[in-house]
Formats: sequence, structure tokens, C-alpha cells
Amino acid sequence: MKVNELTQYPEFTCVNESALSDKEIECGYVGDLLSWVMGNADAGCAWVTIQTHVNIVAVAVLVEMSCIIIPELAELEEETVVKATEEGIPIFQTPKNAFEICAWLGAQGIK
Amino acid sequence: MGYNMTFDVESGDFATAGQASRKIKKKLQDLGISSKIIRRIAIAGYEGEMNLAIHSDGGQILLDAEPGVITLRLEDTGPGIGNVDLAMTEGWSTASDSVREMGFGAGMGLPNMRNNADGFEITSRPGVGTKIKMTFDL
Repeated sequence: MKVNELTQYPEFTCVNESALSDKEIECGYVGDLLSWVMGNADAGCAWVTIQTHVNIVAVAVLVEMSCIIIPELAELEEETVVKATEEGIPIFQTPKNAFEICAWLGAQGIK
Repeated sequence: MGYNMTFDVESGDFATAGQASRKIKKKLQDLGISSKIIRRIAIAGYEGEMNLAIHSDGGQILLDAEPGVITLRLEDTGPGIGNVDLAMTEGWSTASDSVREMGFGAGMGLPNMRNNADGFEITSRPGVGTKIKMTFDL
């Protein structure tokens, strides 16, 4: 699945559409400890995290993630959205919880 | 080749921490370094930046790119680490609750740096400062 295809699903809202691209979502990763995520997440992943501050953008850029998905409609800081747009990292919000997001991504064939 | 860069990191500046690592990453990409090595350097550099922002009174990151080896140095002006062995232990941290809530302070920064670098040296003196030297073989 490509990142911009996620917008076809009403339960996923992209907060910075100008950052969208046809980059492939290669895999998924879930975690909120930034050091752990940086050390273990793979490039191209969709990252599910409840962290919403601006540092998640730095982690996503350094790991070369395809996008960030924020569960349970957790409120994003404005600074995070601005930075993510600058850096070309799409961020999605969804009412689904982290487990439901992972299960859904898995059902779409993302391993 | 032979290239060096220096970045200042201010104490408590979490918002812009990550800038230096991104600039280093970009430079190394321009130099044609392999992406696997760049990733390790970027991770170690970011951990270093966050450590400087969270724990130090301010410091610098120094990048040195030479044929065969990339060196990353972190130098701060205090407060220093009382027990370096303890600080190198995974899971040990002195970070505040507010820093932990941001997903930092898990006690993995220094171990992550050591694990990503080919060479890792740390010296610290309480009241003076901490110096870390990481090398990455090309």
C-alpha cells in the first residue's frame, strides 16, 4: 500500500496532505519510547505512536519512515504538524487504537 | 576527502534537537556514504543531541569525515556523570518525569550510541563535563 492510498479510508485523516506521496508503506512499527523506536524500526515503516510532540518528526526523518499514525485521535501539537510538513512526513490521525491500527494494516497485507 | 562540521546544542532545547543529526545525515548522503552506515550515525547523533539537550548545560557535536572513518564527538561543559558504568546500563536514567513523558529518558541513549558505533569512548568528570567519541568504519 502506498502512503497516499491511506486517505481513501475515512477512518484515517491526514493532517498534512501536502506531505503525501506515493511512497510505499513497507512495514509497520508501534512504540512510544523514541530511543527504542529509533534503534529498531525499519525504513519505510508506518509508525504508530501516541507521542505527539515535535521530536517524533526527527525520529521519522532519521529512520526514513513512510508515515506516522496517531491513534485514538490524540491531539497533535501544531509545531509537530508544521515540522512534519516541512520534512515531508505525512501524519494520520484515526479513532482506532494502536492495536486496531496494527491489525488493520496487517489485514491490508502490510507485514 | 576530509570534512568537518560543528553544531551547538543548547540545554533544554528539545524542539530543535535533531537538526544537527539531520544536517549530518544530509552531508553524509552528499558524500556518498552507504545508507546503512548513515542510519547508524544518524541514530547515534540524535541520541547524543537529545542527551545534550536533556542532561547537559549545553555542548557541541563535532563531525569529522575522513577516508575510511567517520568520527562523531559530543562535548559538554557539565554537569558530568557521577558513575559512567551505571549511566551505560540499559534502563538506568536520571531524566525528569516531563522528559520521560515525551518518550525519552528510558535509559537507552548511551547504550544505543555504543551499539551503533564501531568505536565508543566516554570520559566524564562531575563538575567539568562529559566527552564522548564515536567512530564509524566505512
